[in-house]
Amino acid sequence: MKLLFEKDIHGSNSFSFPEPNIPDTVDVAIPEEFLRTSRLGIPELAEVETVRHYTALSKLAFGVDDGSYPLGSCTMKYSPKICESIAQLPGFADIHPYQSPLTVQGALKLLDELQEVLAQLTGTDRFTLQPAAGAHGELCGIMIVRAYHKSRGTDGQRRVVLVPDSAHGTNPATASAVGYQVRVVKSGQDGLVDLDDLKSKLGDDIAALMLTNPNTVGLFEKNILEISRLVHESGGLLYYDGANLNAIVGVARPGDMGFDVCHVNLHKTFATPHGGGGPGAGGVGVKEFLAPFLPSPTIERDEDGFYSFGTNLPESIGKIKTFYGNFGVCVKAYTYIRLLGYDGLRAVAQNSVLNANYLKKTLSEYYDIPFDVICKHEFVATNARQAKKGIRTLDIAKRLIDFGYHPPTIYFPLIVGEAMMFEPTETESKERLDELASAMKTIAEECENEPDRVKGAPYTTVIGRVDETLAARKPILKYTIE
Amino acid sequence: MQYIPNPKNKIDEMLSVLGLSSLSDLFNDIPFEIRQKCVSVNDKPGESELEVRRHLEQLAQENWSAEDAPIFLGAGCYDHYIPAAVDYLLKRSEFSTSYTPYQPEISQGILQGIFEYQSLICRLTEMDVANASLYCGGSALAAACRIASEATKKRKVLLPTSLHPEYAQIVKSAGIADFYETVDVPIIDAASAVPSGVIDLNILDSILDEDTAAVVIPYPNFYGCLEPVGAIIEKVRAKTKALVIMSVDPFALALLKPPGQWGADIAVGDAQVLGNRMSFGGPHLGFMAVTEKLLRKIPGRLVGQTVDDRGNRSFVLTLQAREQHIRREKANSNICSNQALCALATSMYLALIGPDALKQAAEIAHRLTNYAKQRFQQAGFHLRYSAPVFREFAISLDRPTEANEFLLENGIIGGYELNDALLFALTEKRTREEVDELVDAMIEFSFPGKKTGEGAGENVK
Repeated sequence: MKLLFEKDIHGSNSFSFPEPNIPDTVDVAIPEEFLRTSRLGIPELAEVETVRHYTALSKLAFGVDDGSYPLGSCTMKYSPKICESIAQLPGFADIHPYQSPLTVQGALKLLDELQEVLAQLTGTDRFTLQPAAGAHGELCGIMIVRAYHKSRGTDGQRRVVLVPDSAHGTNPATASAVGYQVRVVKSGQDGLVDLDDLKSKLGDDIAALMLTNPNTVGLFEKNILEISRLVHESGGLLYYDGANLNAIVGVARPGDMGFDVCHVNLHKTFATPHGGGGPGAGGVGVKEFLAPFLPSPTIERDEDGFYSFGTNLPESIGKIKTFYGNFGVCVKAYTYIRLLGYDGLRAVAQNSVLNANYLKKTLSEYYDIPFDVICKHEFVATNARQAKKGIRTLDIAKRLIDFGYHPPTIYFPLIVGEAMMFEPTETESKERLDELASAMKTIAEECENEPDRVKGAPYTTVIGRVDETLAARKPILKYTIE
Repeated sequence: MQYIPNPKNKIDEMLSVLGLSSLSDLFNDIPFEIRQKCVSVNDKPGESELEVRRHLEQLAQENWSAEDAPIFLGAGCYDHYIPAAVDYLLKRSEFSTSYTPYQPEISQGILQGIFEYQSLICRLTEMDVANASLYCGGSALAAACRIASEATKKRKVLLPTSLHPEYAQIVKSAGIADFYETVDVPIIDAASAVPSGVIDLNILDSILDEDTAAVVIPYPNFYGCLEPVGAIIEKVRAKTKALVIMSVDPFALALLKPPGQWGADIAVGDAQVLGNRMSFGGPHLGFMAVTEKLLRKIPGRLVGQTVDDRGNRSFVLTLQAREQHIRREKANSNICSNQALCALATSMYLALIGPDALKQAAEIAHRLTNYAKQRFQQAGFHLRYSAPVFREFAISLDRPTEANEFLLENGIIGGYELNDALLFALTEKRTREEVDELVDAMIEFSFPGKKTGEGAGENVK
């Protein structure tokens, strides 16, 4: 499909603004050295052509509204449409972050209530909504960990953050982005943190352990209370990566497991759409003793119920995002929580786990399941049986596209070779899951009978498999006229 | 209201396939004492869609929006006009409900959209390479400072006091990682006369040394003023190997010489001004554009052009060896989710407005700014700073907070409160009538009894 720049027709765009009724003598008063002399390289298109361009592009994309999206660790659930339309209200979408608190009481109240309910749901005491994404929440949380150790004079000594080998890449990347060294904790045969390995890696140089629970193979770390005890005894803090909160929301809380600081992905558990990669929101909750280190500003409510911003946190990590966070995303999450209520959120966890176990059970007939016990919201399968015919996980994923599904997450977690990680979410019906299983069964049969068909997939898409090596070797990252 | 499509009988059917009798059996691996603590945390029931809508509309009405009152606030977030087709197209759920485009075969729409965004940012800034977006202008600047310290292997990052205070705070917060240390560079801000409000070149010259990793130039600066970019860069190049990071308002680039032409190494900024609603400060998007030399240092997603196995031009996420999911602790950033849909909005905005109307909007905003400045000065007010501005300026006042309250009583959302001034921003959405109302109200506040348009009173600084 042509690029915007290839549809450029000089003189075709007639968009204009009304000239203000001010005297002609008021002219551009910018010294010449600052003026742009080069042509502004934006293409010219008639409105109809731009609308058709993006409509056509949309047809080359695949969202949750198009079909099942069992992308593990991403919680690609249905986003209720009411949440979208509420976030578009002018009283939310057209307010300026520096307006007087007098004129934004509704917005501040919403943020305050959302913080409170998220603190309740995670078992933490104080919450901030400033982080713009899950990884940004991790950054915020680990900065809080570092500020805590600095305040105690232990920062110089505690230079290491522990991360399981099954962790999301953001965990070790976050630790080093805050200036920590990373030490990897091994998983055992059962897919859980190996307690002996953990013990051997704990010491007085540990700042924190970052843990996802349920973890990335979809299993609940059932030794969490022991892990918590060990980490705390060594003087470290326990960080909860909330990427998989959807599995336990309303059933169990990170705070009750011993976590000191956690982030939640509003774009996962609280159903705000993923936007082709963002925006999300990654609020962070802490136990009371870490509250002094939260980012500034905080939202304060006085005795008369009047809301304002507070900046009275002398030990705060400071600011991590311009203004207060992805407010528009928070509006959607708040709306979602009100719709569901607490029982509804618990039903989310229950049904996401039910769906994952049901799909695992039906797929286990055709695919290897490395950890075949009751899982939480996601599980890992592999190509072990299909590998005999030379089929890679990539091939299975690409073939699944031809059946109208988004593939599962592949080649993650790293502790399982050729992993396929399925997370169906609670918003898929039994019929949908049966259809997905049936497609996977057909693919398994194809792997047996006509493996080349699977290796050549996909066939139904606008393009075939792309040359990623070429893209990286000779990067073309923008349009230039040939 | 719930969004679970399975009725009870289907749930039971699935449970029986698993050999379980109840949903709670699925959670027996969680220690009982943990589950027990969660039972009575909150008993708030769910609500119907209509109830929720009523409640949320009520909350929204408690806020004054740009539809309720003219807004003269800027300071990093601006009330620009967005063509109707932007919101219309953003509602396409293939864009809004998809994930990061890891599967190129079914994500060409998102990938091409981001490739076009990268291209548009390169054209606006005249830099070589742009990424697929970062969280916001401030975090983009912090990321740029990290790049500078790593690329130069030096530690000092120079931040002028004319930088957006929140951007400066974000850079300083990120400094906890010890990649760099920040040094403030004062602006010319003498107490007498009207100071220029831009970086003091003499002091800059005295601070620049061999350990300087980066010099940040806000463009325009927080007070709306145009920094002496050419002279600053000349000094930096003469004395150091430091990178020049320009923190740019991309809307201004419709009129202003782009960072690439000034010779910047990195351009960052917030593209909210190009097609994204204010939304109380987010979601907006940070952009970053760098020189070819820094290509492999840029954080976040990058979309590249390649070919598929049938020889078609296609797009794919590329150079992922920089990123967290491949490099883990060796990644150059921890970013995963970005602000992709906001980036798409920015591309749509630029395509819908086109080059002529974008320039027209920038000229209107600038001329309205000059008109407002003139009216304030004619009425006896003093500019806080004298350097040339684009679409924002500060007026000296003894009591800026009270002045803003007075404006609010008159149905006007006033300026950003500095210690001794109000900072006003003008966009193409403002009209002459609104500017006149603003100035008249300010006259009434500062010179009570005087008719609008008359001379200075006692209580003006």
